[in-house]
Amino acid sequence: MTARLDGRPAVRVTGLKKSFRELDVLRGVDFDVAPGSIFALLGSNGAGKTTVVRILSTLLKADAGTALVDGFDVAAEAAEVRQAISLTGQFAAVDEVLSGRENLVLVAQLRRVKEPGRTADALLEQFGLSESGGRRAGTYSGGMRRRLDIAMSLIGNPPVIVLDEPTTGLDPQGRLEVWAMIRQLAGQGTSVLLTTQYLDEAEQLADRIAILHQGKIIANGTLAELKQLMPPATAEYVEKQPTLEEVFLAIIGSGAGTPSRDTGTPPEHQQQGEKP
Amino acid sequence: MNTTTTHFYGNTAVLTRRSLRHILRSPDTIITTAVMPVAIMVMFVYVLGGAINTGPYEYIDYMLPGILLITVASGIAYTAFRLFTDLQSGVFERFQSMPIARSSSLWAHVLTSLAANLMSLALVVGVALLLGFRTGAGPGAWLAVAGMLLLFTLALTWVAVVAGLSAKTVEGASAFSYPLIFLPFISSAFVPTDTMPGPVRWFAENQPVTSIVNSIRALFTQQSVGADLWLALAWCLGIMVVAYALAISTYKRRVS
Repeated sequence: MTARLDGRPAVRVTGLKKSFRELDVLRGVDFDVAPGSIFALLGSNGAGKTTVVRILSTLLKADAGTALVDGFDVAAEAAEVRQAISLTGQFAAVDEVLSGRENLVLVAQLRRVKEPGRTADALLEQFGLSESGGRRAGTYSGGMRRRLDIAMSLIGNPPVIVLDEPTTGLDPQGRLEVWAMIRQLAGQGTSVLLTTQYLDEAEQLADRIAILHQGKIIANGTLAELKQLMPPATAEYVEKQPTLEEVFLAIIGSGAGTPSRDTGTPPEHQQQGEKP
Repeated sequence: MNTTTTHFYGNTAVLTRRSLRHILRSPDTIITTAVMPVAIMVMFVYVLGGAINTGPYEYIDYMLPGILLITVASGIAYTAFRLFTDLQSGVFERFQSMPIARSSSLWAHVLTSLAANLMSLALVVGVALLLGFRTGAGPGAWLAVAGMLLLFTLALTWVAVVAGLSAKTVEGASAFSYPLIFLPFISSAFVPTDTMPGPVRWFAENQPVTSIVNSIRALFTQQSVGADLWLALAWCLGIMVVAYALAISTYKRRVS
């Protein structure tokens, strides 16, 4: 494992560009992730978050720009980068046929950890999976799978962990479990790069938030800085997925507000008019 | 890409153990691989075989080599399927993002394919023995048959790797094997080629299955193998080299 120099960013991305045929997905992306911090890359679907993640984890080559992970160049020093980084994909990549414990042992063997079995047991314990460790991962709930997935990325103590939309598709309970785990990770000194499309997730977890929109970072700062930079009026920069409530309201007519806000004294004629 | 090649063998062993575990946990893939060839064998031996003149040979002795090739052709469909599933599920990407020899994840599937097909082949030979297959072949001839089947499996496995890597759907990943399963029917596997009409006969006599079937049949019946063996080896090696090159270039495009 490489020793990190003090002050050197865990991740440094400069002028990163990537196109797929005609489509410019990344159009010059720059950001740094400070060691031991949680950095959130916030953006809507298709903003380019996963492309950044795939370039950082050496799964994809950039067209231009540089990306350093723990000081190593993703293009020139791919092997060192793979030592330093661990990826947790958007679609929890666990082996469904193997048990939770076997999944962990597999990764431990591949990363050539000294005692794969003991490492696996310790992680099962840490992530509250000891009881289900012998069961096939295919039988796990969404939250358990994601926990196992993240546990697998921790093997070998990589200094940088990338979590690509770690809570997408999870129920509220699973989401809270994963959040607690990410906080625990950063507490141990691991640098975390988190991509998310959920504003509250970035708000809850991140030391620093960058907003990726149409292939560019359009804002980058702490939550407090962003709040100053971007008053509510400019929140339109981010395409927020509509909630069911918003969809519902849009369908029944934009004039109607939420019931809680309208409990004052609605005009008599309007109430009558709406009743068949 | 000379990185971590030193760990290639260790990584490949670990990953092969993983996919072998998949097979042992769902042995149905071994059995379903064997079911179709066994069904074809039963039908030919008990229904159609009586009307086919195979000279001095018992019909089951005559057609077993073809059945074994059909077994391999249907077995490699699962190789493509397993590879495709790994690519779809993200497991493959996880391995690719780890500090391991990248080609290990491909070789693990290839070795697993060999092991799985050997198990299916053993099963089919076992059933054939129950149905009355007999051979006077000694250990040397059996070894030669096993070697020939292994080479054939390896060649078709690389074809399956190309299919698994380039497929867009599960169906696409295994559909490539259907023509391969059909190929032995237009060869010397089930009926002597001299009863076939001109162009069909020409095709049957010049396609790879015929030389492989003739070689294995000669080994089982203790005849001299002759030129068929070299032709069979050339076909297998040729298919393997072309499929391997295609597989590697498809793989490089896939993992960029």
